Amino acid sequence: MSGHSNYEPKTGFEKWLDTRLPIVRLAYDSVVDFPTPKNLNYWWTFGGILALMLGVQIVTGIVLAMHYVPHVDYAFASVERIMRDVNYGWLIRYMHANGASMFFLAVYIHMFRGLYYGSYKAPREVLWILGCVIYLLMMATAFMGYVLPWGQMSFHGAVVITNLFGALPVVGPSITTWLWGGFAVDDPTLNRFFSLHYLLPFMIAGVVILHIWALHVPGNGNPTGVNVKSKEDTVPFHPYYTVKDGFAISVFLIMYAAFVFFNPNALGDAVNYVQANPLVTPQHIVPEWYFLPFYAILRAVPNKLMGVLFMGGAIAMLFILPWLDSSKVRSMRYRPTAKLFFFIFVLACLILGYCGGHLPDDKIIPKLTTFTLMDADMNSMVWLSRIAALYYFAYFLVVLPVLGLIETPLPQPESISSPVLSHPANAPSGAAASPEKRG
Amino acid sequence: MRGRGFLGFVPLQVEFRRIRLPEAHSGVLGGSKTGRGVSAPPPQPKGSFKVADTVVGANPDPHASGEDPNRRDFIHIAAAVAAVGAVGGLAWPFIDQMNPAGDTLAQASIEYDLTKVADGQQVVVKWRGKPLFIRNRTGKQIADAIKDDHADMRDPATDESRHKPGKAQWLILIGTCTHLGCVPTVGGGDYGGWFCPCHGSVYDTSGRIRKGPAPKNLEVPDYTFLSDTKVKVG
Repeated sequence: MSGHSNYEPKTGFEKWLDTRLPIVRLAYDSVVDFPTPKNLNYWWTFGGILALMLGVQIVTGIVLAMHYVPHVDYAFASVERIMRDVNYGWLIRYMHANGASMFFLAVYIHMFRGLYYGSYKAPREVLWILGCVIYLLMMATAFMGYVLPWGQMSFHGAVVITNLFGALPVVGPSITTWLWGGFAVDDPTLNRFFSLHYLLPFMIAGVVILHIWALHVPGNGNPTGVNVKSKEDTVPFHPYYTVKDGFAISVFLIMYAAFVFFNPNALGDAVNYVQANPLVTPQHIVPEWYFLPFYAILRAVPNKLMGVLFMGGAIAMLFILPWLDSSKVRSMRYRPTAKLFFFIFVLACLILGYCGGHLPDDKIIPKLTTFTLMDADMNSMVWLSRIAALYYFAYFLVVLPVLGLIETPLPQPESISSPVLSHPANAPSGAAASPEKRG
Repeated sequence: MRGRGFLGFVPLQVEFRRIRLPEAHSGVLGGSKTGRGVSAPPPQPKGSFKVADTVVGANPDPHASGEDPNRRDFIHIAAAVAAVGAVGGLAWPFIDQMNPAGDTLAQASIEYDLTKVADGQQVVVKWRGKPLFIRNRTGKQIADAIKDDHADMRDPATDESRHKPGKAQWLILIGTCTHLGCVPTVGGGDYGGWFCPCHGSVYDTSGRIRKGPAPKNLEVPDYTFLSDTKVKVG
């Protein structure tokens, strides 16, 4: 895939440039001529969607930074000024705020896609880990961005998250003081969060380049999980996947626009439209929806340090996943048992998110009191999140390592083309191969 | 690296040989008197020699075998240590700049007139960016706290250790939950002390952790009584 180029510079200028900086060749080989498996489904379009969302966040963010004031006395008012007085400020801010949610929605689909189709397996471990790094950077960026409007939820969210580091033995308190630049979340904290919130997206962009580089070494995976065997199995990226990605992006943008224009605050918390007050904590502190599953894991553990470690561990699982899954079969399409466990895993993540949005003592079934186990009623969010968290970890640490050894996978096709071509309905062989050559 | 040249200095070394560096220098600079144990690279094209002519005195191949290879190793290690030390020394200011600045550290302590706090009432004042609880405890609240002095607690402390001697009525605490820093609400929870709305930590009327995820009692700041009715915190 890499190392072989079909680019032929046509004009004199292209030839001149190609011997000096072969950038046109790089673009041609990466997004025009790149041989891509011909059977990619719509779950594979989220990479392109994510690249677009990163661009949207950077552009809207740079514009917002022109009007925002990172000072505890002015930050909240400057955001309100953007909303009321700056021309189209409301649009740009709503694009940015909802863009973060869309970014996370797309990244979660992208990650579940990888989990289902075994995209983390050899030879794509580094590709997967770079993706995990991007995800970590995204979480840091989103958290610090949420602090900037200096609302009640901004402030107390920052207090809670920075205090997580205080759970570390010995060095914890020094680290929190260092993060704050004072004895509490205050002006120095806001300033450095603004600085880092501006910086991190560019670091994400850098890691995205590495991510795409690592993708283009082995090439794309595909829904069968079977390696590309011949030229028959691939089509050039352009126009096949530029068009497919383009269509998916259009549909995604329609949903994004629906949020921006019709319900821009649906995904936010109304309490964040109250200016930060360090002396009063809101009755119910919740992070943005995309952090809720991890927040639920944090609260499920009745010990501060252990809660923090479990929450970190939930993300660490993703990093070591390539070495946890013992199955040689990439795609769960051919692993019926694994498929079942996978869908329970998705359910567990959704349940964790649901629990994270409620108070720990809230009842799952209203007005039903069962029995108290340890410290809480069994019919409570805290126990539901414990069960879901247990499954979350068991999926990585028990199910995937063990299942690969004991399950019997379905037979895999010999190649990407064979299941299509062997089907009686597709009689004339070669019809599906290189259709781009036909009118 | 050994024998391969350093940053492409191999051609230069050949050049040094050609222009006959004085013998005295070759000793100091680890010159090429003894050769390099491998056959010299083929003669360079004429053009490239021009470069060397202008850089006489530049570092010849540092990997050419001098009389004492340990001296080379020493230079390498010393250079690496110096580089690491320099980077480390330079990194510290960039790390430490995030710690509290001088003016933040110098924040004045506050004085508070206790006559403003009625019996059984709590006042919250801001101190070093954090809420400070000043609570005027009732006799029953004090008695409740003393009664539990030897109860099973996560962070055992007697009530006496939580206030100034003879001032049991006045409980002054930093008002941030030791779990994740929320501000607990007064009077809530099973012990009539504080209840943290974030994750359900319960403190008693002495500010000691009794239930929930918080690991420690509410912190007692440094403070002194200036008079019977005036305290100085910090």
